[in-house]
Amino acid sequence: MSAPAAGPQAPTGVRATARIAAAADGSLPLLAGDGPLALRRTRATRAGSRVTVVGAMTAPLGGDRLAIETEVRAGARLTVDSAAATVALPGRDPAAEAHYEVRLRVGEGAELRWLPEQLVCARGSRLRMRTRVELAPTARLVLREEQVLGRYGEQPGTLATRLTAHRAGRPLLDQELHFGPGAPGGWDGGAVLAGHRAVGQLLVVDRCFGTDPVEPRMLGETACLVPLAGPGVLVTAVAPDALLLRRTLDAALEALERRSAADVPAHAAVR
Amino acid sequence: MTRSALLVLADGRFPAGGHAHSGGAEAAVAAGRIRDAATLEAFCRGRLHTTGLTSAALAAAAAHGHDPAKLDEAADARTPSPALRAAARRLGRQLMRAARAAWPGPELDALAQAFPKGAHQPVVLGTAARSAGLAPLDAGYAVAYETVGGPATAVVRLLGLDPFQATAVLARLAPEMDAVAERAAAAARGPVDELPAASAPLLDITAEAHAGWPVRLFAS
Repeated sequence: MSAPAAGPQAPTGVRATARIAAAADGSLPLLAGDGPLALRRTRATRAGSRVTVVGAMTAPLGGDRLAIETEVRAGARLTVDSAAATVALPGRDPAAEAHYEVRLRVGEGAELRWLPEQLVCARGSRLRMRTRVELAPTARLVLREEQVLGRYGEQPGTLATRLTAHRAGRPLLDQELHFGPGAPGGWDGGAVLAGHRAVGQLLVVDRCFGTDPVEPRMLGETACLVPLAGPGVLVTAVAPDALLLRRTLDAALEALERRSAADVPAHAAVR
Repeated sequence: MTRSALLVLADGRFPAGGHAHSGGAEAAVAAGRIRDAATLEAFCRGRLHTTGLTSAALAAAAAHGHDPAKLDEAADARTPSPALRAAARRLGRQLMRAARAAWPGPELDALAQAFPKGAHQPVVLGTAARSAGLAPLDAGYAVAYETVGGPATAVVRLLGLDPFQATAVLARLAPEMDAVAERAAAAARGPVDELPAASAPLLDITAEAHAGWPVRLFAS
């Protein structure tokens, strides 16, 4: 392992919280990057505004405590993406864990498309990630998350990640995944990842799924699209690498959006 | 309280329908992910620390006395696969019948009434444990054991694996079952929203594929 020796200075890492707020008129009343989390308003390719998270420096390193808070106010539409993959790396103290908190709030009639690039867990990294989503009853969400176990040909770092989504104050989805050295045993066995080096989820929430649920279906051998108990759809996929994973999730998103587009008249009539 | 009630509840002969389910092992055998005792052990270990922990915590929380309706909702959020939600409710309904005969009580009656089509099995199990005078830790043990016992038994039938070897896998996993039951019992003392939600992507994915098989030996 090539973790740098613990230096005498800055043993605790960076603390930073970036904040975004989007309003219905297309403005961004709050756009405040912090430390390694730089934010840019970028050209939107669809209705609403778009923000790109630009990695101003490598993060998260062991010991860092990073957070992004996003509020999409009633009636607003926001897409958030990132300029590059996030690479978790070991910090000065190889035993120090990094923490990354993502808090997303989507108001009535608002839409958030949260489409960051992959999280790559480099060898020796230790990251604890928590994503919390609070949706109003009429909010719409598209959320993608992808984790890659190590850079090319590399052993993975350690990740503990949890995605919790509430809609109208009630739990809609709660999923935790742990892998890498020190994670509870069996994570690479036949029940969990079985040697696959990329794993991801695509969550789409729209109240139209409550009245018109999708049918579960397989997307190849190692991915499926399923209706949740609430008005949402989840695609779960594992793949040998990040590219194949993205291909599966992109195809699923495209199919779901085609379906949504076909629903527009009925959907609009409900409003 | 009688500790022997735990043996009755956790016994594979307890008539709650669990023998019809392989816990994902049938699909894993078909995919070549379980081939022998070593791969069975890795499968069971992974299942134990993911859905096993999540279910054990739900059961421990029910035994602790948390609102079972809220726990059932938490179980839904932790079970994205509709095939697994259906299996959990079917197993919950079957367990409820056996539990009401074994340890009748008002809390089981109320749960049966609130969920006529079946609550999630761990919620029923925890409520049954409570009705039997068992502790949250005991409910955690019952779920942890059943999480690995189901696949191990199924693989004996599916692969013709030597039953001595399958039992040795379970014995090797015993310290980890203890740890999972203890974590579940500790989590049960906290809020329902913070209960573990550890998930196993391949179990979720293959459960959906398995549900579509025209011929299968096990229901899930």
